[in-house]
Amino acid sequence: MSIRERLSGNEAVAYAMRQINPDVFAAFPITPSTEIPQYFAQYVANGQVDTEYVTVESEHSSMSTCIGAEATGCRAVTATSSCGLAFMYELLYVAASSRLPVTLACVNRALTGPININNDHSDSMGARDTGWIQLYAENNQEAYDNYLQAMRIAETPDVRLPIMVCQDGFITSHAVENILIEEDEAVKAFVGEYHPEHALLGRETPLAVGPYDISPYYMEHKVQQAEAMKNAKRAVLDVAADFEKTFGRKYGFFEEYCMEDAEVALVLIGSTAGTAKACIDQLRAAGRKVGLIKIRVFRPFPGEELAQALSHVKAVAVMDKSEGFSACGGPLYAETCAACYDLPERPVLVNIVYGLGGRDVATEDIARVYDHLFLLTRNGGQGPKYIHMGQRSSEAEVL
Amino acid sequence: MAKCAKDIHEQSPWQDLTLGGEVYEGGTARLTMTGEWRANIPVWHEDKCKQCLLCAPFCPDSSIPVCDGKRADFDFDHCKGCGICWKVCPFGAIDFVKEEK
Amino acid sequence: MAYNHKKELSKPERFVGGHRLCAGCGAGLVCRGMLRALDEGDKAVVCNATSCLEVSSFLYPYTAWEDSYIHSAFENAAATCGGVEAAYNVLKRRGKLDDTYKFLAIGGDGGTYDIGFQSLSGAMERGHDMVYFCYDNEAYMNTGIQRSSSTPRFATATTTPVGSVSAGKKQNKKDLTEIMAAHHIPYVAQTTFLGNFKDFHEKAHRAIYTEGAAFVNVMSPCPRGWQYSPELLPEICKMAVETCVWPLYEVIDGKWHLSYMPRKKLPVTEFMKLQGRFKHCFKPGNEWTLEAAQQYVDEKWEQLLEHCGQRA
Repeated sequence: MSIRERLSGNEAVAYAMRQINPDVFAAFPITPSTEIPQYFAQYVANGQVDTEYVTVESEHSSMSTCIGAEATGCRAVTATSSCGLAFMYELLYVAASSRLPVTLACVNRALTGPININNDHSDSMGARDTGWIQLYAENNQEAYDNYLQAMRIAETPDVRLPIMVCQDGFITSHAVENILIEEDEAVKAFVGEYHPEHALLGRETPLAVGPYDISPYYMEHKVQQAEAMKNAKRAVLDVAADFEKTFGRKYGFFEEYCMEDAEVALVLIGSTAGTAKACIDQLRAAGRKVGLIKIRVFRPFPGEELAQALSHVKAVAVMDKSEGFSACGGPLYAETCAACYDLPERPVLVNIVYGLGGRDVATEDIARVYDHLFLLTRNGGQGPKYIHMGQRSSEAEVL
Repeated sequence: MAKCAKDIHEQSPWQDLTLGGEVYEGGTARLTMTGEWRANIPVWHEDKCKQCLLCAPFCPDSSIPVCDGKRADFDFDHCKGCGICWKVCPFGAIDFVKEEK
Repeated sequence: MAYNHKKELSKPERFVGGHRLCAGCGAGLVCRGMLRALDEGDKAVVCNATSCLEVSSFLYPYTAWEDSYIHSAFENAAATCGGVEAAYNVLKRRGKLDDTYKFLAIGGDGGTYDIGFQSLSGAMERGHDMVYFCYDNEAYMNTGIQRSSSTPRFATATTTPVGSVSAGKKQNKKDLTEIMAAHHIPYVAQTTFLGNFKDFHEKAHRAIYTEGAAFVNVMSPCPRGWQYSPELLPEICKMAVETCVWPLYEVIDGKWHLSYMPRKKLPVTEFMKLQGRFKHCFKPGNEWTLEAAQQYVDEKWEQLLEHCGQRA
């Protein structure tokens, strides 16, 4: 039986962690993810979990601790944001290449500098090519549900990759929502136990992890990793199917909202989807055929599925909540363009970079994006492709 | 997937390599014959050896086998010929000479 | 228990031949000695910082280690080891593991004094039940002999070359052992390779079987970096100790103990003259470098005697 409870996004993730009772939790505080280790510390103090809780001196050491712990055959988890994730950068690669399914709760926040504590996706987008699976949540419910599914995806034997469960800093992490939580026993049964075949401790034979890999082997190991990420696509759907069967809530690579007959659409990640849905409801009421695709799984990127979902649309705005400084668009835009390239008839695609460092986006902003997309359907896609939205400007801007 | 280091080689396809470069056994470095690096070779004179074992802990290549308190001849598969054993032997029981190949 | 050399040397080898360290490398001696200090039957997990040792002892698919081993990165051996130890604790607590394991981190001076210093300090402060062994060869040898904070003053390194206006490294060696003692962990020691390895062995054993965090700093000469013929390693180690360049001591629960008092403290030149990295110090006009080196060693030695309550 699901239970209705008022929880913030951070609380929801900490709650899921308590239910799972991981073996090792290593974390260092950083706004806005700090509450997760705080809540968890209280669970430890109350004896509600018997996790080994390691209060490290930096995020660099929290990921290092997780790597060591996970290699012993344990479940190791951490939580971080922004510069904390950046400080882990090298170790993110180590965890992935050593095939250690660590679980990281990422509460997305702008990367410095200048220093800013508010939400955008520049932290986890910077880590998109580190070999981690990345799930993103729109709201507190999804943050909780994604966390419950994360370990099973990551630990799937032909996957064995670390996983990042992302939610938007403050917008969901600190906002309290009514969500459905599951009973402890049901969660434990769903997540299950972790018993890898090989481990540093407690096996008949020793295990050596992290070799110096010379060129006759390195490429083969990278191909293995690439194959594992392909396998993760199947694992994501398998786990989602079991989750739906067990708890009744449906998940996939992305959510399509009013896409069946949409003429124009947005592709975006995270909490902005809520704002976009409110806008869509208004526009649909006025008879305008607008739709939305909210990406849940960014790594592995569901390119073929996304292209298929966009194949009937005339114009698409891909909304990046991070700057890639490529001078030609953000990371989600680049992936979406690449995914659509093989379509026999491609929609017009433009990139909107928005919401950096906590810059608000309102339904009116989304409405302007749709207006712009309708303009593009009429003018044959003329105009700039790489557009910033929400900044003050002394010049006339596209949006 | 190959599980043993001896079955893994530079022609192994990616499907046969262990995941992430893990190795599931200890001491597989023995398969590498570092004795080939040697230019000079230590020569053990058993008759002069007092079995004091001062040489044994000084060998960086674990090439002075000791069993039940006594050393045996060098492990020439792995001895790199550094000459430290020759220097630490107080009894002149180890020579260090140019190796004839 | 008294040190029984023959018995210790008869234990099965846990760091095997076939690794690719240079001939005569001190790092191999640290690994062998540290593992020999484990009681038979006790298992271990070794956590290695990126270093000469790492690339030489675990080159896929060849591991020189008989025990479980993990290398993660250059700067995080202590934190990685802490993670393994944390996992061990929880597995024990949950009744999922029977065997006794010991946790040994090992890094060179680069991974310990410098880039891994924060990770080391954190792990020691948290008190993980582990030992961190530093094989201190006084420069970044793996990348080609660049200076580290452990490189002694006047030593040449590829980033502190001798030139018309340079006499080698400008700064004195960081005293990491003393810094680790200041962490007030249960056990800190300094040793090197001498005689029958009694000093090394006893310190390694004490470190491993002391509950809590322990640190052992091992002077570990590098023939290439220090520019000497490999067979001279024992002589260099001996001179390091007899000149008081590398005194042998322990700090047990905050109490300092001198392990060895040279009968007659030798001049520092007896240590320096054996090594090409100090060659320029012996050239006419550079006498001041020898004087400065001697003065520094004298000061440090006096301080150590004071810590150990041995001052006249």
